[in-house]
This record gives sequence, C-alpha cells and structure tokens, in this order.
Amino acid sequence: MPVVIRIHIMRLVILDNANQVADWSARYIVKRIRDFNPGPDRYFVLGLPTGGTPAGTYKKLVEHYKEGNISFKYVKTFNMDEYVGLPRDHPESYHSYMWNHLFKHIDIHPENVNLLDGTCSDLEAECARYEAKIAEAGGIELFMGGIGPDGHVAFNEPGSSLVSRTRVKTLNQDTIQANARFFDNDISKVPTRALTVGVGTVMDANEVLILITGQHKAYALHQAIEEGVNHMWTVSAFQQHPKTIMVCDEDATLELKVKTVKYFKSLHQVHQRLIEEEVCSSDKAHGNATRNGYTASGHGDKATGS
Amino acid sequence: MPVTQFKNCRILRDHELVREDLWVENGRIINPEELFYVQKRPPAFQVDCRGSIVAPGFIDVQINGGFGYDFSFDEDKTEEAVSVVARGLLAHGVTSFLPTVITSTPETYRKVLPRLNKRPGGEDGAGVLGAHLEGPFISREKKGAHPVQHIRPLEKGFETVKEVYGCLDNVAMVTLAPELENACDAVEGLTERGIVVSTGHSAGSIMDGERAFKSGARFMTHLFNAMTKFHHRDPGIIGMLTSKRLPLHELYYGIISDGIHTHPAALRIAYKTHPNGLCLVTDAVAPMGLGSGRHHIGDMDVVIEGERALIEGTDTLCGSIVTMDGCIRHFMHSARCTTVEALEAASLHPATALGITAQKGTLEYGSDADFVMLSDDVFVRATYIAGRQVFAAPGQAFIHEPVQ
Repeated sequence: MPVVIRIHIMRLVILDNANQVADWSARYIVKRIRDFNPGPDRYFVLGLPTGGTPAGTYKKLVEHYKEGNISFKYVKTFNMDEYVGLPRDHPESYHSYMWNHLFKHIDIHPENVNLLDGTCSDLEAECARYEAKIAEAGGIELFMGGIGPDGHVAFNEPGSSLVSRTRVKTLNQDTIQANARFFDNDISKVPTRALTVGVGTVMDANEVLILITGQHKAYALHQAIEEGVNHMWTVSAFQQHPKTIMVCDEDATLELKVKTVKYFKSLHQVHQRLIEEEVCSSDKAHGNATRNGYTASGHGDKATGS
Repeated sequence: MPVTQFKNCRILRDHELVREDLWVENGRIINPEELFYVQKRPPAFQVDCRGSIVAPGFIDVQINGGFGYDFSFDEDKTEEAVSVVARGLLAHGVTSFLPTVITSTPETYRKVLPRLNKRPGGEDGAGVLGAHLEGPFISREKKGAHPVQHIRPLEKGFETVKEVYGCLDNVAMVTLAPELENACDAVEGLTERGIVVSTGHSAGSIMDGERAFKSGARFMTHLFNAMTKFHHRDPGIIGMLTSKRLPLHELYYGIISDGIHTHPAALRIAYKTHPNGLCLVTDAVAPMGLGSGRHHIGDMDVVIEGERALIEGTDTLCGSIVTMDGCIRHFMHSARCTTVEALEAASLHPATALGITAQKGTLEYGSDADFVMLSDDVFVRATYIAGRQVFAAPGQAFIHEPVQ
C-alpha cells in the first residue's frame, strides 16, 4: 500500500524585478510539464490567468516553445475567467488576450483549450459545464494566477466564499474603474459581470502558482501570507493549499516584515533548484501514481514506494 | 476545407508590416481566432515563409501588352495575348490587371472587347478585372503614340461612347480627355455603369478636369505624360492633385515609375502632394518581358537595351517595358518612401480606385488570398492566387508541409 507523505509548504520566491518573475515562472512551468512527461493518455492540465503580470510569463513561454524546449501538444488549459456579454472576438475579451499572448504562437490543439463562454444564454449552466469539464480532464495539475490590489484571485473579490465554485460575479466599482482604460475610457462600455472559477475551484488544483509584482500589490501580499485566512483577501485561502508557490519581485515585498523577507530570500538556492534540477528517473517510472511532496530543503521530488 | 498557415513572415496589414501569420482557406484569407475558438480546427498545412514580406497581389490598371503580344494590334489573337501576358505577369507579382486597348476603330472594339472577359486568376495567370479603354476620345494634341486618324469627338456624349465601343460589359476603365465637348455627359453615363473614368491624354485646364471629376471621374492616366504641362499660372489637370473642390481622398492617379517616363523629381512632387492617390502602373508595351536584343512586334522593329525599348535605328522610346515589381523598386528609390507606401501604391490604391477592396488589394479577413512573397529589397520570391502558389522564382518555392 503506497504511503503518501504530504508536506504542506508555502513557498515565496523573491526575485529582483518583474522580468525575473516572468522568467522564473515560465521556466517553472516548462520544467513541470517536462517532468510530468505528458502523452496522449495523460495530459498536463494547466490553469491560466490574464492580466498584466502573466503577460511577461506568456512571452517567455512562447520563447521556450520557439527554442524547442517545450511542446504544448499534450497540454490542456483552463482559463480562470471571462467577461459576461462581451463578444468572443472583442479586442478586450479574455479569448482575444489568450489568443494574442499565447495560443497563436504555440502548438496547442484548439480542442485542448477551455475558456468560459460569457455570451451564452444560460450562464449558470455554463459554469456547471466548466466545472464538469475540469473534472473530466482529471483536475488541474498546476493553476497559475495573479492577485488584485485587494487580494482577489480571478474575480473572487473581497467577500467571496472561500469554498466557491465557478459562477457569475458582479464586478465591483474599483475593478470597473480600473478597466475603463481598456474601453475608450467609457464606463458605460465596461462589462459589469464576469464568469469566474471559484476559490474552491483553484484550491482543487494539485499546485498553485501565484505571481505578484509591483508595489501596488504589496499590501495584498502581506495580507495573503502574514495575516490569517480571510475571505476579504481571498488569495489568503492558499495558505491552506498543500502546494503553493508565490513568486514576487522586490517591490511587492514592501509591506512584509523584514523577518519574512529575510527568511524566504535565504531559500534562494532552493528556489533556483526548482527550475534547474533534472527529474529523478524514479519519478518517471511511477508516473502520476503519487502526489509529490517537497521537503523543507527542497531536495527534489521523492516518489514513495509502491 | 483544409487551412494553410503561413508562418515566419511579415504581412502588410493596417498600413504596417507586422510579424503575424497569414491564414488561408478556400482561396480566402481567414480569421485564425474564429478557426481556433469556434471551429476548433488546427491548420492542415504550414508554410515557413523564411522571413518574407507578404504583400497583397499587385494590380496593374494600365498595360498594353507584353511578351510579344499587344492587346490593341493583335485583334485576331486576343485570347492568346491575354493568356500569355496573364501568365507572364505572375513573375512580377501581379495577380490582377486591366488589359489596355489604345485608340482604335469601332470594328476593332467589337472584335476585341467581347474576348477580354473578366476572369479570376489562378495557375494559368493573373486575373482580368476588365479592359481599360484608353481613347479614342482624347486630345489630338496629346495623342502620344496613339494613331491620330482614329481619335474622335464625343458628338453625342455617352451615346457616342456606346456606339463606338459596342458592348461595355467587359470594360472596367475608360480614359478620355475632359475638355472635349459633351465629355461630362460621357463621364456620367460611364460612371453610372460602374466604369471608372480617368482623365488623360488631355490638353485641358484644371477647370476641365474638375468638371469631369464632379461628373464622376476619379482617376488620372499616367500623370505628367500626355497632358498639359504644369505651369505655375495654368496647372492643367495636374493641378487637380490639390483641388479643394473635389473630395481629395477619392482622386487616384496612375504614374509610370520606370525611372524613364517620369523624372524622379516629378515623382517626388506627386508623391509629396498626394501620396494616398498614387497608383503605380507599368503602361507596358509588347516588348516587355522579352530579353535584350532585337524583336519584331506588329509592324515595328524594336531594340531592347537594358531597361529601355527603342524603335530600331533611333533613340525614340517606344513605350515602357518595366515590370510592376521594378516599378515598386524604382518608386521606393526615387520617392524615398517606405516599403509599405510603395507596396500599397501597387495594391491597395489601385484596388480602392476600382472599388474592389472587399476582395483585392488587402490582406484583410475575407479578402481573396492573392498575395506576393517578397525579399526585403522587394524582389518576387513567389506569387499566390486564391491561396495557391502560382509562381515561384527559381530555387525559391515555398513548401506546404502537412501538419501531423
């Protein structure tokens, strides 16, 4: 009987700037996919965000693809959210974002790409369909996301249930104001609702990778890791996820205790090994039978005996 | 239908060269996002364009012949002439053209016009958009190389036009002199039929030109050549390039930029004055495309030396033998314009003048997949019509790899 040892750990990888965050996160994703060794019978299921922060990661992923380091042939994707009522081909839709930032540059098969449809007539059915699709795909192996200045992940804004599932959300005023610049600065053109995966949906993923860059996110990062789990800062839910990596730049640490920053910076070597280390041959042999744990010192993944 | 994805290229879109892939299905350019998200289909073929520039196929609205054939004089061999010229033009990146017939007799028009059918392009050659009838309603003083005995007036305006030409079905453009009496009636009649009227071979004044434009004319035939010389107190129809009384964005003009028929300074003046209306034309004659040396064309003996075609034994040019891609390169060099501007002068502008931009002259979604693969210095690597490679320069063919 295999004994699965799970060590719950939150990693905070602190890098110098947003470019390094993009580079590290892209390398991590490439390595995770390669180590997983996906094939026609077992796809790597990746959860994806939109926004300013991940744009850099996507750029680097495209470079890796072009250099032949990674193929997306056996990767399935699920995006976090999409506006309600915006046509799919609107330049501000998340379908357009993902096409232009990632999908059009890589070898992913269109059948393996999943986004919420904000134009359908029965939004609740669409949300249920999406959850079912995720389950059908075997669950999400790695969910990448960003956070808002108010600590929201996807469109799970302050006050969202921490066990929420995919649903329709009404956007709050701050979000709508922030978005106006993408809609000719005309508030009336900005969508007021969105379909979003829930906090619970992301928590179901095997691993969560959160990117946080910039001073305006600093307070949210503080709330996320130094304060308690709190539905007013929904990203704090990941403190209870078994495998979370948060990747941030210096500016995003400005509201953290010096002690916290010093501690995670001291783990720099460990964090570098996460993106450089060669996979052990034993992992390949055991495939996806076990859930990998990380030791505190990060000495590779150890598959348990069978 | 199988989709082909052209990668590793720079395409001309929205007045810029952008690093984007071009997607083609069933002879048209398609929106890849729709294919990806709605149809959920990958491409069937991929083509590595080796960093080429992809421009819309070139459109020549004034070409009298080539490769030894003349549309006006070879009236018994019209189909053959069109066939040979259409095929030969593919090497120059031309995907659509207007075979041009100069001043002729009504008998000739009745013989030739019905055979100049509009036809789509393909592996056999560039497409025919219609005939360009240059004359016989032109100025005797500004006849150029036209036979003076066949020049005639517009006695009854548009009625005369119909009497002389016969059936107008295959006609896309007519050049006439706006100062002729009843010209405006002719212009109105032709414009109503959807035929583009061009002012040219004219001794008229700027007022004559403006009257014609108010009646519906919107093109000018080989600017500077065979028209009243520009004078600072009497600009002639050339002055219309800056006319306020016309909607300027609708005025288009052909210009022969072979480095011979128009002085580079004149080219620059036209370009700087009204760049958006500038359309490159070859006005090529039968010896075009034949190699250097002596050729017998019609009843003429012609000698080709480099880029010039001379009447044998003289220094007289017998017309232009420039190719369209040659025109573009000359234009870029003389006008010192951008690559995009030069390419648009050979594609977008003539298409707009003819009112066919929905299908030709651009690489917009939904338009016909007629395009040219070019090197950075604008030499033709390959020509595509309806998404099929109909010409490739020696050693330059593009491979359509099936996607696994």
